[in-house]
Amino acid sequence: MSTDSDLMAGADTHDVTVTVNGTAYRRTVEGRMLLSDFLRHELLLAGTHVGCEHGVCGACTVIYDGVAVRSCLMFAPQADGHAIMTVEGLAPDVEHMHPLQEAMRECHGLQCGYCTPGILMTMKAFLEENPSPDEAQIREALSGNLCRCTGYQHIVAAMKLAAERLRG
Amino acid sequence: MKPAPFRYVAARTLDQALQLKAEHGDEARFLAGGQSLVPTMNFRLTQPAMLIDINPLLELAGLAEVESGAIRIGALTRYGVLERDPAIARNLPLIHEALPLIAHPQIRNRGTIGGNLAHADPASEMPAIVLTLGAKLRAQSVRGERWIAAADFFAGALSTTLEPDEMLTAVELPVAQPGSGACFMEVSRRRGDFAIIGVACTLTLDADGRCTAAQIGLCNAGDGPVFATEACDALVGQPVDAAAIGAAADSVRSAIDPGGSIHGSKEFQRHIAGVLTARALAVANERARQ
Repeated sequence: MSTDSDLMAGADTHDVTVTVNGTAYRRTVEGRMLLSDFLRHELLLAGTHVGCEHGVCGACTVIYDGVAVRSCLMFAPQADGHAIMTVEGLAPDVEHMHPLQEAMRECHGLQCGYCTPGILMTMKAFLEENPSPDEAQIREALSGNLCRCTGYQHIVAAMKLAAERLRG
Repeated sequence: MKPAPFRYVAARTLDQALQLKAEHGDEARFLAGGQSLVPTMNFRLTQPAMLIDINPLLELAGLAEVESGAIRIGALTRYGVLERDPAIARNLPLIHEALPLIAHPQIRNRGTIGGNLAHADPASEMPAIVLTLGAKLRAQSVRGERWIAAADFFAGALSTTLEPDEMLTAVELPVAQPGSGACFMEVSRRRGDFAIIGVACTLTLDADGRCTAAQIGLCNAGDGPVFATEACDALVGQPVDAAAIGAAADSVRSAIDPGGSIHGSKEFQRHIAGVLTARALAVANERARQ
C-alpha cells in the first residue's frame, strides 16, 4: 500500500511496531502522523472516530497501556512498542457483543453513533477501575466525551446497567 | 487539522534530549504529555522543526519525599498518577483537590505536571498552585542544573524564564503542615473547561486560631498565575473571622487584572475572584482547625 510517507523523499519516517487488540502490526510512517490517523488509515481500524482533532470531543479515545487517552493528541511513533485497544477489540463479532455494547443498545445510548466508540473505550477503562460507580462518578467519567444526540441520560443508564452486569 | 512537518526524535537518555535542545534551541520542543502542545500543532499555531519526545525517560516520572519536608515530583509524572496517589492526598491536599478539575480523565491520563507548568497557561490550575505553595522548579541543560522559585518561573502568558536549552525536570513542593488548611475552588462554564477564575489558598493557624501564614493564588486572573501578596499580608496575625475574610476578598478583587473573555467580562472575573476567595478561605480555615 502506498502512503504519503512513501512518496515524500527525505521525509521524517519511523518504523512503528505496535500491538492493537492483541495483534502486532508494523508500519513505517511520518513522525507527524497522529495516532488516530495511524489506526484508521494505516491499520484500517476505522472504528476509532475523529471528531475535533484537538482533544476536546473524546471520539478518538482508545486504551493505551491500560488507560484511556485521546489518540488525536499522540503521534504514531510514540506508540512504538506499546499496546492499544480500540473499539474493534471489545467483541469478537456482532453475536457476542461486550456488555457495554449490549447495554448501550438496550438503553438507546446512541443515535448517530459518532461519539460511541470513544465513550465505550472511556467507560471500559473506567468500569475496570471503578466497578460500582454512582451516577455522579459515571457523569464525571463521561465528561470528556461529547455526545450531541442523546443528552447523555440514556448513556448514563446504559453504564449503570453495564456496571451491574460486569459485576456479575 | 494535521501538524506541519517536523523531525521526531524519541529521546533515549536525558543527556541526549538536552544535547538536542542545546543544538536546536527554540526550533525544538520537548514533547511530554502533549495535551497542550499537540492541539496547538494540529491547528498549526505551533510549528516546531523538531519534537524531542521525552516520554521514554521514565526517570523523570514519579515522586519522592525529600529532606526538609518537601515532595519532589518528576516533570513526566502524569496527572492520572498523581490523582490516584495517596501520598498526594496526604501531603499536598491543595493539588489533590485541584486535580479532578484539570481537564478530563483522558487528558489527565496523559498530561504531565512538567508539561503543564512549562506551557504556562495563565488559566491553568497548576501554575497558580505551585506559585501559591512557593514551590521550586528544577531546570536542567547541558550546562548543568538550577532551581527556580515559582515566583521567578512564570513570565507572562505561555512564557517562562527557562532558557532555550533548558528542560523543566522536577518540581519540589513543601508538604502541608499540621495546623494548616488548604482549599482550591474554581468556576468554569463546563466540567473540565479552563476556569473563569480559580483560587488556591492555604492558612496556618496558631493555637488561638490566629493566622500565622496565608497563601492565596489565582488562575486566569492576569497574564500569568497571580499571588495575592497584600491579601495574605493583611491576614497574618488576625483571627480568620468574617471581617478578615471579607477584607481579603476585597483586596484580591481589586488587586487582579483579569483579561476578560466571551465567558466572562473582567468585572465578572473580579467578582468571582472575590466570592471564591472568601469561600476558599472559609473552608481552609475550617480545615486548619481540624
